[in-house]
Amino acid sequence: MAREVVIKLRGISNVFGTHAVHENLDLDVYRGEVLGVVGGSGTGKSVLLRCIAGLRPPQAGSIEIFGQDALNCSEAERREIDQRMGVMFQDGALFSSLTVRENVEVPLRTIDGLTPALRRELADLKIAMSGLPYKAGDNYPSELSGGMRKRAGLARALALDPEIVFLDEPTAGLDPIGASAFDELIRGLSQAMGLTVFMVTHDLDSLHACCDRIAVLADKRVKYTGTMEEMLKIDHPWVHEYFHGPRARAAIATKEKAL
Amino acid sequence: MTADPSALPAPEHAHLEGGGGAWRLSGALTVRSVSAVAEALENAQGELDLSGLTRLDTAGAYLLQRHAASLRLHGAQADHAALLERVASSMPQPPEASQTPFSFVQILDRTGRMVAGAGRFLVEITAMLGVFFERLGQIARHPGKLPMTALVHHADQVGWRAIPIVSLMSFLIGVVLAFQGAVQLRQFGAEIFVVDLIAISILRELGILLTAIIVAGRTASSFTAAIGSMKMREEIDAMRTLAIDPALVLFVPRILALLITLPILGAVANFMGLFGGALMSWIELGISPPVFLSRLIAETGTDHVMVGFVKAPVFAIIIGVIGCHAGMQVGGNAESLGAQTSSAVVRAIFAVIVADALFSIFFAMMDI
Ligand SMILES: Nc1ncnc2c1ncn2[C@@H]1O[C@H](COP(=O)(O)OP(=O)(O)OP(=O)(O)O)[C@@H](O)[C@H]1O
Ligand SMILES: [Mg+2]
Repeated sequence: MAREVVIKLRGISNVFGTHAVHENLDLDVYRGEVLGVVGGSGTGKSVLLRCIAGLRPPQAGSIEIFGQDALNCSEAERREIDQRMGVMFQDGALFSSLTVRENVEVPLRTIDGLTPALRRELADLKIAMSGLPYKAGDNYPSELSGGMRKRAGLARALALDPEIVFLDEPTAGLDPIGASAFDELIRGLSQAMGLTVFMVTHDLDSLHACCDRIAVLADKRVKYTGTMEEMLKIDHPWVHEYFHGPRARAAIATKEKAL
Repeated sequence: MTADPSALPAPEHAHLEGGGGAWRLSGALTVRSVSAVAEALENAQGELDLSGLTRLDTAGAYLLQRHAASLRLHGAQADHAALLERVASSMPQPPEASQTPFSFVQILDRTGRMVAGAGRFLVEITAMLGVFFERLGQIARHPGKLPMTALVHHADQVGWRAIPIVSLMSFLIGVVLAFQGAVQLRQFGAEIFVVDLIAISILRELGILLTAIIVAGRTASSFTAAIGSMKMREEIDAMRTLAIDPALVLFVPRILALLITLPILGAVANFMGLFGGALMSWIELGISPPVFLSRLIAETGTDHVMVGFVKAPVFAIIIGVIGCHAGMQVGGNAESLGAQTSSAVVRAIFAVIVADALFSIFFAMMDI
């Protein structure tokens, strides 16, 4: 079965001054998959995510989302694409002067005809689904812990039931139990709604637990893509160290125990 | 996975048909279409057939689950059923709302809090002032502690860069005084007294007061915004854990810079005000600059100048302390930063004017 490509990157270059972060980068993301993006700190994972999310045009290359050219399209077309995507930023990026519930309601306000009561209930649902207690909805972001802010960020990213969500290190800063609940949530949403997930992560347990495919950023490009099993066989030194280091062995061990 | 790849912008509609105890839902039930059927579902009871649904998202699933008590759902496709189950497992559980009715006690409570807040503000400002002088004392004993770079930077920001606006303002004030004075004094043939009018009002009051008001608007707000955004991002807490004294590195250079530059700005304002006045007197009344100057020197005592300059350091400290204090009051969100910034300006200007009034009373009683 030919899988539908929802994001198609070709020849992407991102340069800051003289410092090239990406050069001639290609990547395909398929519908319904959970793609884990890994790479050392500063290899440009966040920059790539911002690039696809339309927050930063690349210096060169083309981006196709849902089969549409996302770089040379009208503003209305871009807004349509944006409505079908959700982004959860590395540090939450919640609106600090709104409560968590109001934050989640912000994207829902763009939907015509939704009554305030229903909007509020839907926001509460998203807050509950991302694993926050009910009364966290009344808190301001500054009154939450770092992990709770992440969940609130996810609740906002999922508010409109997007087809693609971008997650920047969703499990960093979560306790292990919370992190696996998070993995399960992502997995479950992806299965139940055909959600496509583009997840930047350093969490090997997450990679094992919920990613269908892994893309490795190295040498300014997506150097390798493939399943976890394929990653384990690659002998690029960084990739090998990453997937065979002491932490990786621990993650594999827990995975085997779980099976 | 049976996710529907058809383009989303196509209008999404859900249809509810049936009656009695048997209902059928078809079409796409998503966040964009739920409101259309929400009301109809309210009144439906019995069996609900979901086999005609082409799309379902969490918003739709939520709506269905909300009526799970009165409607028995069946016929859902596998992935829709999975979604329904997931939503059911995380239905929000609002706790019983406890509403306190609006009452007289609440009004008393709020008034009390405001009075206490005002009292606390005075105490905190005094404490801030104390901290500033204490740190100045430390610096006097160990001059090496003075953050020289920061001091120069802030002196540039609050002093040097304020010169154009302060000069322009006081030049115009001088022009206006001369012009208005000329109109009145000409009636009595007492044109020459316009010099006294300009000199006394600018040197004694307006030069320094208006400078302080402009600086309060420019500088108190920038102190609050700078310190407040550091407070917001926990940078000040980080300083404390690194054993850096925020009072020494943040407050002292800012307030000290004001203390040094405000008198200089006042002098600039005085000069420009007199210059504007002299120019206008020459044009309007034909008082030539040498005449203006000799009258100025002969008739205006230096105590007018002194009275003006004595106020400058006091105003500087008022503005600096209020600005820094407001910055430290900023909480965790962007809104409080804005609120504190604007209230810092209002308080600083108000306090400057009150202080000026007190000075006037004091000098009047001392016959200066
Ligand atoms: N606005 C910017 N201006 C200049 N350089 C930038 C900017 N944003 C990112 N960079 C550079 O781009 C590179 C990649 O940054 P990016 O934030 O994408 O890293 P990352 O892969 O997400 O790392 P981490 O895993 O630590 O989050 C870094 O070297 C960074 O210095
Ligand atoms: Mg990053």
